[in-house]
Amino acid sequence: MSPSAVTRALCALVIGMILMASGARAVEKPGVKVRPPEGIEIGMSTNEIAITSDFTGADLTIFGTLTNVDDYLQQIGQYDIIVTLEGPRVDTTIRRKARVFGIWINTEQMTFSSVPQSYSMTSTRVIKDITTQQELASLNVGIDHIRLFAANYFGDIAALDDFRQAFRRQMLSGGLYQTNPGGIRFVSPSLFRATLKLPADVPNGVHMVHAYLFKSGEFLMETKLPLRVVKTGIEQSLTEAAYGNSFLYGLSAVIIALTIGWAGSVIFRKD
Amino acid sequence: MTIYLPIAEMSVNILVILGMGAAVGFLSGMFGVGGGFLITPLLIFYNVPPAIAVATGACLVVASSVSGAISHFRRGTLDMKLGSLLLVSGLAGSTAGIGVFALLRSLGLLDLFISLAYVLLLGTVGSLMLIESLRALRRIAKNKAVSLNRPGQHNWVHRLPFKMRFKKSKIYLSVLPVIAIGFLLGILTSVMGIGGGFIMVPAMIYFLRVPTGVVIGTSLFQIVFVTAYTTMIQATLNHTVDIILALQLMIAGVVGAQYGVRVGQRLRAEQLRALLALLVLAVGMRLAIDLVLTPKDIYSIVTGGHA
Repeated sequence: MSPSAVTRALCALVIGMILMASGARAVEKPGVKVRPPEGIEIGMSTNEIAITSDFTGADLTIFGTLTNVDDYLQQIGQYDIIVTLEGPRVDTTIRRKARVFGIWINTEQMTFSSVPQSYSMTSTRVIKDITTQQELASLNVGIDHIRLFAANYFGDIAALDDFRQAFRRQMLSGGLYQTNPGGIRFVSPSLFRATLKLPADVPNGVHMVHAYLFKSGEFLMETKLPLRVVKTGIEQSLTEAAYGNSFLYGLSAVIIALTIGWAGSVIFRKD
Repeated sequence: MTIYLPIAEMSVNILVILGMGAAVGFLSGMFGVGGGFLITPLLIFYNVPPAIAVATGACLVVASSVSGAISHFRRGTLDMKLGSLLLVSGLAGSTAGIGVFALLRSLGLLDLFISLAYVLLLGTVGSLMLIESLRALRRIAKNKAVSLNRPGQHNWVHRLPFKMRFKKSKIYLSVLPVIAIGFLLGILTSVMGIGGGFIMVPAMIYFLRVPTGVVIGTSLFQIVFVTAYTTMIQATLNHTVDIILALQLMIAGVVGAQYGVRVGQRLRAEQLRALLALLVLAVGMRLAIDLVLTPKDIYSIVTGGHA
């Protein structure tokens, strides 16, 4: 088949599809001009990032498009987007110290189930200006709305709240949780670019990029994409060995210690 | 210049770590100790998680004891039978200690326990050593003959049953105190990351009445194997040995020890012990202060699983 024949066949196919689609729409609501619902799609140049051991944090850029945008609403800034990057989820324990006989001891602990190990968020505006707290809470969007569920805790609600606040505070100050309001820019009325920050100690594993679309404060839809974070380099191989081949790792540690200790006495021998 | 420690999961200044290793190596060469009881608190002061500090400390003692152990073995200045008995009980103690370590860690009490154990041990040993060395110094000042403190040939230890003859040491002794000492030090190796030479040597001299000529060799023989075993178990079960950290400390420590030995040979034994006692007390004091001071944040996050 010649190139021109392929082009012609493709054109016919596309035209046929468009005709079918418009035909179907015409059947739905005849005579009324209906705007199809807006949609959001995102894409990344890669779905896996390799991080070397000298990694000190970086920006991750995500591109996205809005479909079926109302140009007028877009011009007056009625569309808002929030993009989050959630790290792998893991059960996380938090402990609280109290003074017992003059010394500080861990006396209480709480385990939150399935908490993201890292969380990075960016948006077109500060998220509290985008929509209501209730909406954000129901979507679990924002550091304050990450669900911290203590599975085996039946005690005081006030204490639970203290633990949750302490957890968020420490994750924020440690840089594993961060926000970058205003990190989303519209390149054209329907094309946007989101910049997320990756912390230096971004955890290994499958992260999830979520993008949420809002119109005039109302949540429209969400889309997500997985992102694998793979650490490379000697430190990572050592970590894998320490957990995967722990016996051999321990054996090598001992052999190295014996060798260095012995070599030192040989090198510095005076007699 | 920073380097990332993969197991401790923190970035450290390589020069600080090398400096610590060299300083501890220097002191261990000077005083003839393994240095585990110095490096573990130092690492804790530098915010290395105590669990990692302890296991890595044990690994370090392997390196600092092996050359001494080999030279004593070559010269035959060790009691193989006594050493083996101490070793077997030490391995049992270390195994039990690892169990205690894992239990305390799951309860969130490990850090506290390590600090308390250090305060107690360093405080007691430091005070005893200081008193003893000051007395010795005073005796020397009065020009009295220095007697090796072995009053009477027998004490209660020698009335215990299950006696055994140790030919090399020329002693006829119950196995019970030997096993007890070995076992206890094995536990300390697991939980505190020390070889325990600075406890074992006086215990052997004063309790068991082992001749001083074989004491050091026998204790080094036991320490090398118990610390090596502990390192293995810590790495296998608790994943707390940081090779990158250990490597830096060992290299700097081996070099530092050579200079320490030279300085140590110029100082008098009593002066040396008084200095070591002051050092031990200072480290214990610092740990005690950290236990009492209000922490910056009373909450701490423990990440459950590991990728």
